[in-house]
Amino acid sequence: MSAPGVTERLTAFVQALRAQGIPAGPAETVDAGAALEVLGFDDRELVREGLAAALVRRGGQRAVFDAAFDLYFPAGVGVPELARDDRPRDLEQLREAVAAALAEGDQQALAQLAGVAVEMLGGYGAGSGAGGGFSAHQTLDRLQPQTLIVRVLAAIRAAGGGSDEGGEFTDRLTRDEVRRRVEDFRGNVRTEARRRAAEVRGRDRVAKHAIAPAADRVDFLIASRAQLAQLRRAVQPLSRKLATRLAARRKRTTRGQIDLRRTLRRSLSTGGVPVRPAFRHRRPGRPEIVLLCDLSGSVAGFANFTMLLVQALRDQFSKVRVFAFVDSTDEVTHLVTAGVADPEHLGARILEEAAVVRWDGHSDYGGALRGFTGKWLDAVGPRTSVLILGDARTNGGDPNLDAVRAIRDRARHVYWLNPERRALWSTGDSAALAYAELVEMHECRNVQQLSTLVTRLLPV
Amino acid sequence: MGTGFFSSVDDVSAQLAEVGYLASTAVATTVFLADRLGKPLLVEGPAGVGKTELAKAVAAVSSSRLVRLQCYEGIDEARALYEWNHAKQLLRITAGRDETWEDARTDIFGEEFLLRRPLLQAISGTESTVLLVDETDKADVEVEGLLLEVLGDFQVTVPELGTITATRDPFVVLTSNATRELSEALRRRCLFLHIDFPDPELELRIVKLRVPGIDAALADSVVRVIAALRAMDLRKLPSVAETIDWARTLLELGAGTLDEQIVRESLGVVLKHQDDITKAGAGLKLDQVLDAS
Repeated sequence: MSAPGVTERLTAFVQALRAQGIPAGPAETVDAGAALEVLGFDDRELVREGLAAALVRRGGQRAVFDAAFDLYFPAGVGVPELARDDRPRDLEQLREAVAAALAEGDQQALAQLAGVAVEMLGGYGAGSGAGGGFSAHQTLDRLQPQTLIVRVLAAIRAAGGGSDEGGEFTDRLTRDEVRRRVEDFRGNVRTEARRRAAEVRGRDRVAKHAIAPAADRVDFLIASRAQLAQLRRAVQPLSRKLATRLAARRKRTTRGQIDLRRTLRRSLSTGGVPVRPAFRHRRPGRPEIVLLCDLSGSVAGFANFTMLLVQALRDQFSKVRVFAFVDSTDEVTHLVTAGVADPEHLGARILEEAAVVRWDGHSDYGGALRGFTGKWLDAVGPRTSVLILGDARTNGGDPNLDAVRAIRDRARHVYWLNPERRALWSTGDSAALAYAELVEMHECRNVQQLSTLVTRLLPV
Repeated sequence: MGTGFFSSVDDVSAQLAEVGYLASTAVATTVFLADRLGKPLLVEGPAGVGKTELAKAVAAVSSSRLVRLQCYEGIDEARALYEWNHAKQLLRITAGRDETWEDARTDIFGEEFLLRRPLLQAISGTESTVLLVDETDKADVEVEGLLLEVLGDFQVTVPELGTITATRDPFVVLTSNATRELSEALRRRCLFLHIDFPDPELELRIVKLRVPGIDAALADSVVRVIAALRAMDLRKLPSVAETIDWARTLLELGAGTLDEQIVRESLGVVLKHQDDITKAGAGLKLDQVLDAS
């Protein structure tokens, strides 16, 4: 390696990636070193792409990599150039400058202005002392870039950017574009705040907390709206992957068992020599599946995602039925089937159109399970796998273990997928451990865990 | 080490552009590294963003021959690597009835009776080669093991012939649509490149290059509408191939600019699902029926 300190910086960077769930081993680090050797350090973007080629191993990890890269290989140190000479004096001037840059779509200016904004508005505590730092949230809160859209549109129109032909249609396109630019600018501010915080508090600490995890490791319970939308988009490709896996398992189990009786009968026609062996084909019936989902506030995101996933996998099962509950149970199979086209509003539609909430929207496991066993117990039979999704937080009510027992006794398998950390089971009002004594309970906090569970648990 | 086709990252961009492939920084950098470090390049990304075209373009600029292995479910060693031409061997044996077994045996396992499949083709011969393993994820896990073996040190052992080693390492591109997880070992052996949809600026250049004669303003609005569509939550997002198709369609229709009418009529070129078309119509607010006046 050429420059001093590069090796250390690179290994620290790889360490940070590992902590964020990108499994880069020594071989990858060596590759990364070789890539740097070939590319040199003149162009930061080339270095970024080169390291990504060597260290990133799948598509979803790129965002994590980029955030870490900005921390460990920052574009500069301290306040960016623009901030030193003709910096905006106050908030209003800064907003003007940001609006102008948004209208231009000038990436470079926006990146610099993000730096200025963090410098001006984002500092807290003792500025750059030990107790202080920089907050992206605080910066955006004071700057309010989303309120600039109207101003930016006016600027674009004045510049003649939106041509008059097409009229309203072009206008709407432009508005969407400006919205996306504002979103990018917010991303710039976050990166910049992380960079400045890293200067104050040390990179490794910031890397540990400030980088968002890759999509398939996002915790269901704390996923933001944008992350949930990203997860919903992942349903289709993920379901294809899982379907291939399930099909492969099915193929493997039916391979190559000799059916002795039929082979011997056939061998009679060839003088007792088994020329054509006959194989035993088990014809496995595809399993039926019943989902029973808790849709109360905290776990709704997890339940919705799983519903969509099972629905996307429906050709792997002979029958899929979905039931949802908050404090009473209702069948929502038809809504889920229709919801594939519009996954975004699935949760809301279920709450509107099905009788899942009777009282106040707090989950009542006892009542909901009683409702299920009373009305739909015949949906569960000896070929059914039941998946119960929920955090088992009964709000102090009766957990109704008898109902779970009744379901277990009729079904082929019952699994409980709990989106909470195992350490939290049966703390507070959670009856998780009581349920776990009756049926297998698995921690299922993110997409990664869910996909392994689906392929491992479901019978073939 | 390496194939040595290119002298720098800019050189990669310039050369690929000459054969009509406009590479983003990420693509150019990774191709350059694969060329220099002599590692295979694993390219992932949605359908229609130009994964296969990349291999073809690299072959074109380096004037190498392109050997293509198209993977499918159930592909095996005999289809990917080599097999013996049994029919020809039988003919040879029957033709030489009066010779000894020794002569016949040494003869029928010679070069002449070997059917070279793509992987073996790529590492034999002296000219420079680009090996394209297309849709690697469709193949079974056993084939992945085979690929690892071959791509590891570019040599294959045929029991009757001995070891065949490449005199010139091929430039290897593997593509995958991520329908199945490729094994960690294979990923580790490769440089990874995720080609995503190009940014508007690059896409505009691609459209202008691929659809000559298109009006600049029209191309610009096409790319903008496509960008708006990709920001929506659709089942199948339009890829670059669809952008080009659509631009061609509009050119055929003689549209000078985009308005709602034309977009609504030709949306079927861009989107492949009916519910996507409905959703896009609502998103672009095409559902308001226009006055014909």
